[in-house]
Amino acid sequence: MPKGRVEVLEEKCKSCGLCVEACPNKVLKISDRINSKGYRPAEQFKEGCVACKMCAMMCPDVAIEVYRVES
Amino acid sequence: MAEVKIFERPKSMTDVSTHYCPGCTHGIVHRLVAEVIDELGIQEKTAGVAPVGCAVLLYNYINTDMYEAAHGRAPAVATGCKRVRPDLTVFTYQGDGDLASIGAAEIVHAANRGENITVIFINNAIYGMTGGQMAPTTLLKQRTTTCPFGRDPKANGYPIRVAEMLATLEAPGYIARVTVARPKYVIKAKEAIKKAFQTQIDGKGFSLVEVLSTCPTNWGMRPTEALKWLEENMIPYYPLGEFKLPN
Repeated sequence: MPKGRVEVLEEKCKSCGLCVEACPNKVLKISDRINSKGYRPAEQFKEGCVACKMCAMMCPDVAIEVYRVES
Repeated sequence: MAEVKIFERPKSMTDVSTHYCPGCTHGIVHRLVAEVIDELGIQEKTAGVAPVGCAVLLYNYINTDMYEAAHGRAPAVATGCKRVRPDLTVFTYQGDGDLASIGAAEIVHAANRGENITVIFINNAIYGMTGGQMAPTTLLKQRTTTCPFGRDPKANGYPIRVAEMLATLEAPGYIARVTVARPKYVIKAKEAIKKAFQTQIDGKGFSLVEVLSTCPTNWGMRPTEALKWLEENMIPYYPLGEFKLPN
C-alpha cells in the first residue's frame, strides 16, 4: 500500500468538512485551531494516508496538497 | 525517504481564496476547468466569460483572459469573441439563474447556431447570490424563499432539464451532465469538461457540460448533507450521462 501525507493550507481552509467525509481511511479531522478567517482548518491527525487524493479532489478551496512517500 | 508532491493547485488558477461559502462546489468545478486548461496547454490562448451570479468574480480565480458579461448574455459575448478570434478557446461559466432563466434565449440560440464555444453550466436548483429564490431548475416540492411551501407545478411549472433540451438540437457537438458529489463523480466530471474543450479545439461545434452542484447555505444544510441531498434528490430527476457526442 502506498504511503502518503496530506498538507492542509490552513489559511485557505473554510472548515466545510468535505475532505473529512471523502477520506476512505478517516485520517482527517477538523482541528481545534482557528485561522485568520475564523474557520477551524482540517488536519491529518493520524498515520494511514495512502495518497489516494480523494480529499484534495473534493476540496472546494484547493486547500489540500498531497504527497506520496517514496521508499 | 523522499516525498513527491502529487496534488497541488493548477497553474491556471490564481492564488486567491474564493469568496464562496464553505462547502460550495463552485470551487471544485473551478479547479477542474483550470486543470483541463493546464492539461491541454491552452492557458495563453483561452478567453473565459464570467456570468452574473455567485461565480461573477470568476475572473479573479481563473488565470486566463476573462470577460464579464451582462446577466445571461455570456454565450452572446463568447460568440463575438470566438468569431473575431477563432484561434482562441472560448468558454462561459454560468449558473442556473443566469443560463436557464434570464439567459435562456442566448443559450438556446448559441447552441442552435452551433457556435464553437464551451459552456460550463452549474445547476444547483436555486438562486445562490440573491438569497435562495426559486430557479427554473428548482425541484418539485423543494422549498425556496419564493416558493416557501415547495415548488408547485401548477403555479411554477416543472424543472427544466437543460442538457436534454439542448441535445434535441441538430448543431451542438457535445452535451453531458455530470456532478461533483463524490470523488468518483469528480473524476468523470473532469473527463467530460476535457471532452467539451477538445470538441471546441477540434472545431466540432457547441459543447456544454451541466454540473449538478450544491448550495449548502440556501438549501439550509451542512455541506456534507447537501452532497447527500444532491445524490438522493437531484440525480434521479437529472440523470447523469452524455446526451450528444461529436461526429
